[in-house]
Amino acid sequence: MAAVHETVETVKSVDVDAYKYGFVTDIESEKAPKGLDESTVRYISAKKNEPEWMLEWRLDAFRRWKTMTEPDWSRVHYPKIDYQDLYYYSAPKKMGDGPMTIDDVDPELLRTYEKLGIPLREQEILAGVTTSRVAVDAVFDSVSVATTFKAELNKAGVIFCPISEAVHSHPELVKKYLGSVVPVTDNYFATLNSAVFSDGSFVYVPPGVRCPMELSTYFRINEQNTGQFERTLIIADKGAYVSYLEGCTAPKRDENQLHAAVVELVAHDDAEIKYSTVQNWYPGDSEGRGGIYNFVTKRGDCRGARSKISWTQVETGSAITWKYPSCILRGESSRGEFYSIAISNGRQQVDSGTKMLHLGKNTTSRIISKGIAAGRSDNTYRGQVFAHRKATGARNFTNCDSLLIGNRCGAHTVPYIEARNASSTFEHEATTSKISEDQLFYCMQRGLSAEEATALIVNGFVRDVLQQLPMEFAVEAQKLIAISLEGSVG
Amino acid sequence: MLEIKNLHVRIDDKKILNGLTLTVKPGEVAAIMGPNGSGKSTLSYVIAGRQDYEVTEGEILLDGVNILELDAHERAAKGLFLAFQYPIEIPGVTTMTFLKASLNAQRKQRGEAELSTPDFMKKVRAAADKLGVPQEMLRRPLNVGFSGGEKKRLEVLQMFLLEPRYGILDETDSGLDIDALRIVSEGVNALRSPTRGFLVITHYQRLLDHIVPDVVHVMSRGQIVKTGGKELALELEKNGYRDYVTEAA
Repeated sequence: MAAVHETVETVKSVDVDAYKYGFVTDIESEKAPKGLDESTVRYISAKKNEPEWMLEWRLDAFRRWKTMTEPDWSRVHYPKIDYQDLYYYSAPKKMGDGPMTIDDVDPELLRTYEKLGIPLREQEILAGVTTSRVAVDAVFDSVSVATTFKAELNKAGVIFCPISEAVHSHPELVKKYLGSVVPVTDNYFATLNSAVFSDGSFVYVPPGVRCPMELSTYFRINEQNTGQFERTLIIADKGAYVSYLEGCTAPKRDENQLHAAVVELVAHDDAEIKYSTVQNWYPGDSEGRGGIYNFVTKRGDCRGARSKISWTQVETGSAITWKYPSCILRGESSRGEFYSIAISNGRQQVDSGTKMLHLGKNTTSRIISKGIAAGRSDNTYRGQVFAHRKATGARNFTNCDSLLIGNRCGAHTVPYIEARNASSTFEHEATTSKISEDQLFYCMQRGLSAEEATALIVNGFVRDVLQQLPMEFAVEAQKLIAISLEGSVG
Repeated sequence: MLEIKNLHVRIDDKKILNGLTLTVKPGEVAAIMGPNGSGKSTLSYVIAGRQDYEVTEGEILLDGVNILELDAHERAAKGLFLAFQYPIEIPGVTTMTFLKASLNAQRKQRGEAELSTPDFMKKVRAAADKLGVPQEMLRRPLNVGFSGGEKKRLEVLQMFLLEPRYGILDETDSGLDIDALRIVSEGVNALRSPTRGFLVITHYQRLLDHIVPDVVHVMSRGQIVKTGGKELALELEKNGYRDYVTEAA
């Protein structure tokens, strides 16, 4: 139980409002003028030297966005966002169009990522400064600052680069797939993203290739009053396999910051995509001041037969989280999976879950969701399982557990289940429990302190999901869980 | 020495212990018998440090030191062990993980080094073999889906590992068949030593056939109303608690 002890030690070493990643990097940045109109969209597109078709695509999205209204059906509450009071583009000044090599990157930026524990210098990674070999794309505010292991990935035929670069180097792929899973018109925040997205990662794994290493994108919001609108597009061609992880942090600021990302995954015949998220945006202080609004659209399309997409998420950050990583199970016998740990403490609000849309025959899906609410937070699981008339033999298993710590928090479960054919089998299990006095007393009678006992019980509660994370990140996630729960005992 | 002096305890305005006085000496096995609702389980919880109970008067001394101010985990590290009547399930935490976390938490509190994994495994295996606990059981989540007998056996296994100075057994015989009762009793007997004391709480004489007590206390309405040798248990078996219940009224 080294990990439990370590987590408890970590918890003790920080005070209630401490958020380890809350520092600000002092770096000159270049910003678009505040506010949003067509000229902002043109500004961003011009910054990226985008071709005409890309600009048109953005403008089309922007025009549609203007006709839409912000949705209000989720179980979260926040003051109205003034979209004219935000910056939509911010880039470290010396970056220009992005660096050619790591040596072009501002040393201040490299130090920032070092502080965050993200090594960007391959030689350091290779020299064994860190043990895991993971290719990283680092996105700072609106631009990608570095992508590691590009050469090695190239050898395998894997394309892993900032999406702004892919628009130029692989326009045929971007044109074909961008917006094909999350259409421009999908929803208010996705449409906004389509108009103003600045950067993000692009991955293409060719037929039959098993990506030789974990891919990872690390998002950092630094600038004040700046929204981050990243766009990620991952394509696994026939029989390909890729495992991808995203992480994110932001400085502590008193005002709220908007993060509206779009992630699109496409899996062709027999392909598999594993997408893991460790979301640790600044959650705001214990009174609910500041923190990130995390309004994200993530969707995977199992386009080919026997394809598989698996979402794993550990959500501990953000003032408000509003996201439903989903799977469209189009290909025959395709499979979707969703494993989630969502922890809320303080005044955090979480409304998260998934959608499994069974369109093809004999498609299967599995949902394991663990919600943990502490402090005065609210934690909602919202999930949809749907089987089309033609999706005969579809199967879903859902297990949705909530754990309450203390008596001022709330856990809610909102499932939508609909089968339009008679041969589908859907199972839904849900439990809500509290860490009982009996459990705490039992552990304490054996020698564990109340904090150690809580960490042990929570780690047990989320075990099924933690096992789904890539090894390198499971321990990290376990620590994060204890930190998020600090101050929830006693 | 474990000394309980004039202990008054209540929960939600209901008085449960009314001036209970009791001593367990090192090397001694003391049995407490009494009818349902006499406060036996409450006594075991209060000694172990459960928080829902309010001690309004009296003290509990472990080797002359009052432990009422200590949290349950601190009392555990000082050598108090409670074998639960209804052991608690902890889903997702394997039994092995739990055992190791407990043992090392106690060692840490006492300023001892954590046990290395090989040393720990050796200790667990020895205890498991003695109590007929299969290795497979240790890989399952703690107490989840265990039979009554398995749970009780695991309680005694934990006592083996943690080597307490005083073991309190709260109706460890309930729910056990004859074979399980024998195994559990043998385990407890193997732990008997001149430096270790036991407080055995039970309804029935049959446990005391296997774990032979040095002294038997009869408890009724939150007090010890009679103390005697092991023959007292036999007398209770024959005549029931009737005499003592009215006596205390």
